[in-house]
Amino acid sequence: MAKPVCAQKIIALRASVAKAGLEKKSSRIPLGHAAADLCLKGGLKRGALHEVFAVIGHEAAATGFTAGLAARAAANRHLLWIRQDFSAREYGEISATGFLEFGLDPARMLLPCVADAADGLRAATDALSCAALGAVVIEIPGAPKILDLVTSRRLTLASAQKTVTAFLLRFGSLPAASSAETRWLVRAAFLPAQNENWGHPVFAADLIRNRHGQTGQWVMEWNCDDGVFQKPAANSGLVVPASSNRQAATA
Amino acid sequence: MALWFPHLPTDRLQRPNKALAARDAPPLVVVAKVDNALRLSALDRKAASLGLVIGQPLANARAMLPALKVVAANAPADLNLLTNIADWCDRFTPFVALDGADGLLLDVTGAAHLFGGEQVMLKKIRGNLQAQGFAVRCAMAGTAMAARAFARYRDGAVIALGAEAGEIAPLPIEALNLDPITTHAFRRAGLKTVGQAASRKRQEITARFGAATIATLESALGHAGKPISPRTPAPDYWKEQGFAEPIAMEEAIRATLKSLATALFEVLEQRGEGARRLEAAFFRADGAVRRIAIEMGAPTRDPAIIERLFREKLDTLIDPLDPGFGFDLIRLSASRVERAGAEVADLHAGVLAKKEISFLVDRLAARFGSHRILLFQPNDTHIPEAAWSAVPAQYSKPAKLPWKKIRNARDAPRRPLRLFTRPEPVSFLPGSQLLRWRRVQHAVAKSEGPERIAMEWWRHQAVPPTRDYFRMEDGEGRRYWLYRSGMTPREDVIPQWFLHGVFA
Repeated sequence: MAKPVCAQKIIALRASVAKAGLEKKSSRIPLGHAAADLCLKGGLKRGALHEVFAVIGHEAAATGFTAGLAARAAANRHLLWIRQDFSAREYGEISATGFLEFGLDPARMLLPCVADAADGLRAATDALSCAALGAVVIEIPGAPKILDLVTSRRLTLASAQKTVTAFLLRFGSLPAASSAETRWLVRAAFLPAQNENWGHPVFAADLIRNRHGQTGQWVMEWNCDDGVFQKPAANSGLVVPASSNRQAATA
Repeated sequence: MALWFPHLPTDRLQRPNKALAARDAPPLVVVAKVDNALRLSALDRKAASLGLVIGQPLANARAMLPALKVVAANAPADLNLLTNIADWCDRFTPFVALDGADGLLLDVTGAAHLFGGEQVMLKKIRGNLQAQGFAVRCAMAGTAMAARAFARYRDGAVIALGAEAGEIAPLPIEALNLDPITTHAFRRAGLKTVGQAASRKRQEITARFGAATIATLESALGHAGKPISPRTPAPDYWKEQGFAEPIAMEEAIRATLKSLATALFEVLEQRGEGARRLEAAFFRADGAVRRIAIEMGAPTRDPAIIERLFREKLDTLIDPLDPGFGFDLIRLSASRVERAGAEVADLHAGVLAKKEISFLVDRLAARFGSHRILLFQPNDTHIPEAAWSAVPAQYSKPAKLPWKKIRNARDAPRRPLRLFTRPEPVSFLPGSQLLRWRRVQHAVAKSEGPERIAMEWWRHQAVPPTRDYFRMEDGEGRRYWLYRSGMTPREDVIPQWFLHGVFA
């Protein structure tokens, strides 16, 4: 295993190269959180399928985490967010001002609203063939039968073909086998009130599957201004609650 | 050209039911309740030849012919049938108008030569309709009013332009289709034919019957025609292809659509226009017509794109395109066009990406409906739920307002990622920090606020109460956006709390 310092240096160099516009589409999307990027060998794989599962009751946190990942993947290209009629009632409608405050550009979002998971997956397959998109997010509440290994494999292939990154945002279901590149289990993290300041969103992200590397568990803060994930400030006195989904997490 | 279906209601019943139409079947009448009495509203040919008349009480008719077969009237079904016939007539001209409950008016100006001349076209239309089981009378004349009169009183007439006045003179005054009182008054005045009425001075008729009557009379005489109002606005451009042998193969249908699109776009390109909405009409050999429309977000002239969109649309139809015995005519019309500059091969990456995305939007809209493919647009208001709207991407114009952040730099978001369309009522357990939402209790560990948002008094008659918004966080780090409704909580009133959204 390479020394962490070297790896960090490489990541930093890559980021500066990307900033200079020399490298248009690297195969990895750095998240900004050093430890996570190290574990992911530089970041999330571009042109692959990534799954984000919400711990029950933490759907908004999973939405935020996915929005962050998708924003990193899309950079300044369009982001397609597919949702179902049902999820607005149950989990709340995704909000333009919310995304704006979160650091995304609502003008660069396209929002197909479909009737069920089958339509959503079909729309996603269509959308992944459009190379001009930066990322595609598919919100799937529950565990529909149609979302099986074949479907996830199809999404993976479609995603790889035009290198459009796909994110499956799953609510109210347990992680199950799929062909996803990475699988995350996400919940909100609590920072005790040390100061009165209301901080940036903080997530307890549990990487429970990584096809080409190790898994891990981190607390990440989303920096709404710079659009990167980062380690929360050291003096925040963070408390990470034990995952209520431990069983599923190790599966 | 005018078509009249004298036995439309009975034709409707007899066409699918051979037993009713058999030679030895009893006469068929359709009855409706008029003035509290059942009266005949339509007869078949047999009943008419036996001396029954429309308007006769059913009891009288029964007394004359005890074997009468009686069916209740169904005006909507008749109208539906007439509309279907009008659809079928669309193959001859785009200008087809309904005329009362039992007639059609076709503007065939400039269309007759396509079908071998007026005489031949008339025969063809009549022959086809009769083969479909309709009793039909038709006539052609210079104005709709004249054609209408001839269809009823001189079946099959083709009146040369300018000859209407002479030809219509012997027809009875009823041919003008005036209201019964006016018609009766004409008869009382001894003016029993159109010719007699026309021989009077115009001022006299205007003084007695009004200007509308004169307009009708002039139109019947072929002097001043009023254009018919077609059922659907005529498309700007269309191309069609008829088949000697009806086609049913999917490949053949697609190939036809593509060749029609190519031909259509050549014309559009010459005019510097592109199509925003295309409609394909499939005329089935048995008379049924099916229309399928696709819409584009930007003016389009690329046949390949059109073919792809139609394929998406045809694949997702709930009731698939049923060729039956085949289509004998396919028409592609551009029902909405917009100016579009010449195609310059602009290879700038930004332009290409924009094009690709608008094609994706069109494809998704063809599949799921344009109302389902949305994008965000900002609104000029500070009310949280009204600050943006999701509008169909195909129709949206670029937003005029900029998106403005509410938070300051380096601050956490002040608006939640997910907003409930209907704020959900929540309660606090008295004397505690326990928030009860959806029957679950959450211990509030941190809260921040209030952010006071007053409702817009200039938009409402009764202004809703002002809201005091708070951000709250529970022990697990979940963040909620709540508001207290009403401005001054009095001691004796328990304030009403609502949860409006959830933060990440």
